[in-house]
Amino acid sequence: MALTIALAGNPNSGKTTLFNALTGSNQFVGNWPGVTVEKKEGKLKGRKDVVIADLPGIYSLSPYTLEEVVARNYLIHEKPDVILNIVDGTNLERNLYLSTQLMELGIPVVMAVNMMDLVRKNGDQIYLEKLSQKLGCQVVEISALKGDNIQKAADMAVKLAQEKQRTMPVHTFEESVEKILASIEEKLGDQVLQEQKRFFAIKLLEKDSKITDQLLSVPDVSSEIERIEKTMEDDTESIITNERYGYISSIIGDCYKKSQTGQKLTVSDKIDKWVTNRILALPIFAAVMWLVYYVSVTTVGTFVTDWTNDVLFGEIIPPAIERVLTAIHCADWLQGLILDGIVAGVGAVLGFVPQMLVLFLFLAFLEDCGYMARVAFIMDRIFRKFGLSGKSFIPMLIGTGCGVPGVMASRTIENDRDRKMTIMTTTFIPCGAKLPIIALIAGAVFGGAAWVAPSAYFVGIGAIICSGIILKKTKLFSGDPAPFVMELPAYHLPTVGSVIRSMWERGWSFIKKAGTIILLSTILVWFTSYFGWVDGQFRMLETMELDHSILAAIGNGFAWIFTPLGWGDWRSTVAAVTGLIAKENVVGTLGILYGFEEVAEDGAEIWGSLAASMGMIGAYSFLVFNLLCAPCFAAMGAIKREMNNTKWFLFAIGYQCLLAYVVSLCIYQIGSLILYGKFGVLTATAFALVIGFVYLLFRPYKESSTLEVNVKNVARAK
Amino acid sequence: MKTLREVPCGCSARVVKLEGEGPVKRRIMDMGITKGVEVFVRKVAPLGDPVEITVRGYELSVRKADAQMILVE
Repeated sequence: MALTIALAGNPNSGKTTLFNALTGSNQFVGNWPGVTVEKKEGKLKGRKDVVIADLPGIYSLSPYTLEEVVARNYLIHEKPDVILNIVDGTNLERNLYLSTQLMELGIPVVMAVNMMDLVRKNGDQIYLEKLSQKLGCQVVEISALKGDNIQKAADMAVKLAQEKQRTMPVHTFEESVEKILASIEEKLGDQVLQEQKRFFAIKLLEKDSKITDQLLSVPDVSSEIERIEKTMEDDTESIITNERYGYISSIIGDCYKKSQTGQKLTVSDKIDKWVTNRILALPIFAAVMWLVYYVSVTTVGTFVTDWTNDVLFGEIIPPAIERVLTAIHCADWLQGLILDGIVAGVGAVLGFVPQMLVLFLFLAFLEDCGYMARVAFIMDRIFRKFGLSGKSFIPMLIGTGCGVPGVMASRTIENDRDRKMTIMTTTFIPCGAKLPIIALIAGAVFGGAAWVAPSAYFVGIGAIICSGIILKKTKLFSGDPAPFVMELPAYHLPTVGSVIRSMWERGWSFIKKAGTIILLSTILVWFTSYFGWVDGQFRMLETMELDHSILAAIGNGFAWIFTPLGWGDWRSTVAAVTGLIAKENVVGTLGILYGFEEVAEDGAEIWGSLAASMGMIGAYSFLVFNLLCAPCFAAMGAIKREMNNTKWFLFAIGYQCLLAYVVSLCIYQIGSLILYGKFGVLTATAFALVIGFVYLLFRPYKESSTLEVNVKNVARAK
Repeated sequence: MKTLREVPCGCSARVVKLEGEGPVKRRIMDMGITKGVEVFVRKVAPLGDPVEITVRGYELSVRKADAQMILVE
């Protein structure tokens, strides 16, 4: 029968390294049921019948973070055969805190003390036998990075799982607490398994909000709670936490000896002296960011992306396919579909991949070496005001080059709420492909004024800040509390293998998206723009006949929606839709619709007609709408991938479009009032919207303290 | 009584009590800041918040607002 090993441990304990070392390339990535936390499983190398489940990195089994709830639900309900608890030997005391909780679940535990090479290098000592005796589990020392002893750890886990022994925790709390726990265990009766009783008793005593959902009948323990809270003058949750650390403190002296050299600064401390220095931290941060941006966006990244777009998907692949298609006498429409629809669409998306890989290489390195935690430390003060994390800086910086890797870069943010907020707002920053639109509008109606481009960035930043403040006050985002108590792990040099693996995993997940949702979307837009009715006959169209296309018909039908924004002309509507494939298409489409087969990048040929059609304020409103509304399909694919949830994806896109519409409406209506003195119902609406907006921005709010996760799984009796 | 927020950089203090309740308190305690433990305030972030402290042999970043909940002596 297949065995399951659950890999559990603190963040930064080397869990991922161990998982990769144990499973090799034999991994499958999925989702934990019902939530958007990634679930990784893999088969133990050389053992087809042993599955290793990688739990999220956690510090505790509290009910307050998504990762912790996911981990404990898995452990209680799926009952893996054995837990392999990885513990950072250089940070033993805090790591053992989670261990004491894992011991109570009634699942056999093998403890792997990691980073033993570092422990020895520091001259410290860990007495494994003592540790094993005091915690009641088998202990093995390993170095996941060097691969020392990892096979032994796995073998021990497999052996223990096969023996199917129940393990009971040996650590104890103060006598009065133990007494209370015993009486709660009695009240639980036999509705939970004998070996899980202690876990449930402790959770009941802690007044754990998630545990009552998992019991058939919840015993009333309020008298016990009241009694102990009175005598110990603290809440039960804190009492238990104190007891755990108390027990660890009482045994740590026997299990761990620090070398006598004592106060010497470690290498990590020396690095931190510079990197988080009060004066130097920001310049160093700016330099690192500049380097990341310069290499991945400006130089190497752009060079490779341009090559993929212009040469590979411009001069090499399309002509080759065209030759083949012509040779086999393929029908015109099919040729068009393959070349202009599929190849061009997917090519435009895959063009981002090399750039993304370069960026992900940097991110993986910064994350693994420990600098990313410092970024959050340095930038927290600014970003937390907008409901974002200090780490949101990186996605937004990358977003100025391209929103796709920008959105993908949000993966480094652990906190679910901060990450979702970052994903939703990153594409507000004008990316490289939006620059031609800015140039077009600046040239057409503002005489190329220098303020237009910077104003676009201000609009983007303003949208991020306002969205952050407004959204964090909504129910959707106030749900999960986010205490910012963050570990600053010691610096270390990551291995080449782990950095490349992490880079490839992210790149590959994007490529898969390009093959599905993005492909379908581009084909749809291709079809609607190349087919239509000419003189009452439905047929495929030439490039210059775009005004007869289905898309044009749709544009005509929906143009009225945009009339209040000042650009109700159907051409602008169609241009905005083709912008969904790639934002730079907006300029090209407008060019075609105004009768130019080919226009310059800034669309200089159509400046005159555009100015006449939209007017100054209408044109600016058009610009703002295109900056803020749903991004291109590639970026939407990235948002879908990172949200990992259709509802959240639709919410993000819907919010972006709504915000774009409201802001453009206000700009046009209020702008018209100021410049031309026009006042109407819509002007009043605009003012009402502004007032509503300001209210949402400044309304008071309270952070909620419960985690909204559905965990309605009742523990099975016996 | 002093809170951790008032402890200057480069000084140590012993935790006496934690105020507040719920997730933030639990999280702080989960990370090892419990009654009786020695904490050392290492540095303040360049923008004045959060602060970096050493507790139970490792580095932790805590916001000043949260540090205010930690009573020390």
